[in-house]
Amino acid sequence: MAQAPAAQLEDTAGVGWFRRSRVRAAESRQPRERGDRTRSFLLTLIAILAVAAFLSPMLRSVVYAVKSTDQITQAGTPLWPADPVTFQYQGKELPLLIVPLPDGTTRRLALFEPGRKVSTFIDPAAPDAAAITWQGSWRTLEQIWQFAPHWENFAKVWDLIDYPRLLFNTLAIAVISTIGTLLSCTLVAYGFARFRFPGRTLLFTLLIATIFLPTAVTIIPTYTVFQKLGWVGTWLPLLVPTFFANAYDVFLMRQYFMTIPTEMDEAAAIDGAGPFRTLISVILPQAWPVVIAVAIFHLVYAWNDFFGPLIYLSSNPDIQTIALGLQRFNGIHYRDPGLIQAGTLMTLIIPVIAFLLTQRFFTRGIVITGVEK
Amino acid sequence: MATPSVVRPRSRPRISGLAWRRARWGYLFIAPWIVGFLAFTAIPIIASFVFTFSNINLEQAEPLQFVGLRNYQTLVSDQRTWDSLAVTLKFGLLALPIGVGLPFLVALLLHSRHLRAPGPFRILFFLPYVVPFVAGVFIWQGMLNADTGWLNGLLKFIGISHPPDWLQDPVWIYPGLVIMGIWGIGAGMIVYLAGLKGIPTDLYEAARIDGAGALQSLRHITIPMMSPVIFYTIVLGSVEVLQYFLVPLVLKNGTGEPGGSTNFFNLYLYQNFFTFQNMSYGATLAWLLFAITLGLTLLLFRSARYWVYYAGEAR
Repeated sequence: MAQAPAAQLEDTAGVGWFRRSRVRAAESRQPRERGDRTRSFLLTLIAILAVAAFLSPMLRSVVYAVKSTDQITQAGTPLWPADPVTFQYQGKELPLLIVPLPDGTTRRLALFEPGRKVSTFIDPAAPDAAAITWQGSWRTLEQIWQFAPHWENFAKVWDLIDYPRLLFNTLAIAVISTIGTLLSCTLVAYGFARFRFPGRTLLFTLLIATIFLPTAVTIIPTYTVFQKLGWVGTWLPLLVPTFFANAYDVFLMRQYFMTIPTEMDEAAAIDGAGPFRTLISVILPQAWPVVIAVAIFHLVYAWNDFFGPLIYLSSNPDIQTIALGLQRFNGIHYRDPGLIQAGTLMTLIIPVIAFLLTQRFFTRGIVITGVEK
Repeated sequence: MATPSVVRPRSRPRISGLAWRRARWGYLFIAPWIVGFLAFTAIPIIASFVFTFSNINLEQAEPLQFVGLRNYQTLVSDQRTWDSLAVTLKFGLLALPIGVGLPFLVALLLHSRHLRAPGPFRILFFLPYVVPFVAGVFIWQGMLNADTGWLNGLLKFIGISHPPDWLQDPVWIYPGLVIMGIWGIGAGMIVYLAGLKGIPTDLYEAARIDGAGALQSLRHITIPMMSPVIFYTIVLGSVEVLQYFLVPLVLKNGTGEPGGSTNFFNLYLYQNFFTFQNMSYGATLAWLLFAITLGLTLLLFRSARYWVYYAGEAR
């Protein structure tokens, strides 16, 4: 559950990629020794193999998503998505097999009459010639396949799972809760970063301590109250708490705010700006990288959240999110791995693209946070 | 010496009117969190503690009343509780070292100055972290399938004729779940990378001049310098492991299959609450979890002074 926010906290711990890449560029300009080159090659090779193994389940998912159900349920089929090659004969689709003939030659023949001990074949090159009789079990013969991705799995899932609705629900919840998080965490982080008040250290410690608190300790009374309020079966339990700040994002933003010099705050104060005005016109314009980072983190978190929607939205399929919809879909179509993998990819594609597009953005935002160890 | 302010009972020096005005603004800005903390953390904690001494449940067949320590007595004699704790412990003993160690190894690899193009590698190793966890479960369920999964395909290819049925075998399920978990290394990897970057390079240079090899540098510089980060990862990791149950919940629909091996503590806890609708016993289990988490965290912090090295406390 607490996975996505954990990344947020951890990321703040000061990522040096930005600076490191510059240092690296300077290093690489120096002449390299031959031993260095070999080591470099080996290490990069290891990394390529490791990353390939690491991401191979994703590749399998893609392959399965475009396989036909026939191919998945049949044994001895190729790893890649494929259809059997067939030959049209007397209005029937006959599969092509590789047949070793008694005279020592191997030919591609169409299976006309399958039998356990004797089968008859048609030669596609000479369909009008007499059928060829072959002794032996046809099942031992190798079938001929051709590459054929079945994209229709995605279209099927789109309709079966009611994808547009799930997409809308997920997006709406993600956007509203991100707005709530940004508003509340900006205010709270500003309060902790820029104002001295009695009990500040204690309160901040308390805030951080909530990260270590098991969800179970608070969820039972909270859920009960939400139920009494009639909020279970609505989005409210997922949205309302986001307007009251959370430890990860406050921590992230506070760290960033503290790196912004106070001189401009003071100048603004001398010009008669109140604390609120200072936040809007001095702090936020300088803090947009962290604002974007928090927004992306929270969007991805809300998109991927499973437990919240599970306990609050299970009763009403019309308001569910895509993560929950996928689980429900799996419960119905688990016998059809092609559909499940297609649905899985449709669930993960948006957060993955969002991450790839904004990757540069938020690393920069986080790097500047620079909590030097 | 005898200025009026010293005579005041409060040891804190009196703060000026201006400072008070600033302090009031401070409270105002953090007010959303204070309200949220009271509403969603502090009051629920107290409430769930009170629940443990009552017979509150959603149906409320018998009149609501305080039952003293009855829930705790049930807890002590409830074999399912202790079985589920054992399941969580078994999984944790396997998952935690890998969850702490593997991201460290990947970070070391990515940090090496010999690695070409570290940027793309870093992105690709982090990538699965943003995959929705339900999607990750279904992807890995296929990958670990005994017959059609690619892992067993590979094992058969290299000559292991009877590879394990990862997700159906009560023993292999734990390594299976741990393998599924490796897609979550992204966060830890980034923390480690940040830590590695923070180690002053002159330490390594000094070691090289003294004739230390790569392994010696790792053992005597990298690991001690990284110990605060490793410590941090262990603490967060153990808190997470104690609460682990969502993957088996999705994978096995909360049945605990195969053979009760996925009856994790948190699963049993939530079953008591959501399925049996027994709030007071659920709350008792939640408090047990809280106590264990707290105890373990304190223990870890205690141990920190023996092995965690903080370079120059005053930073």
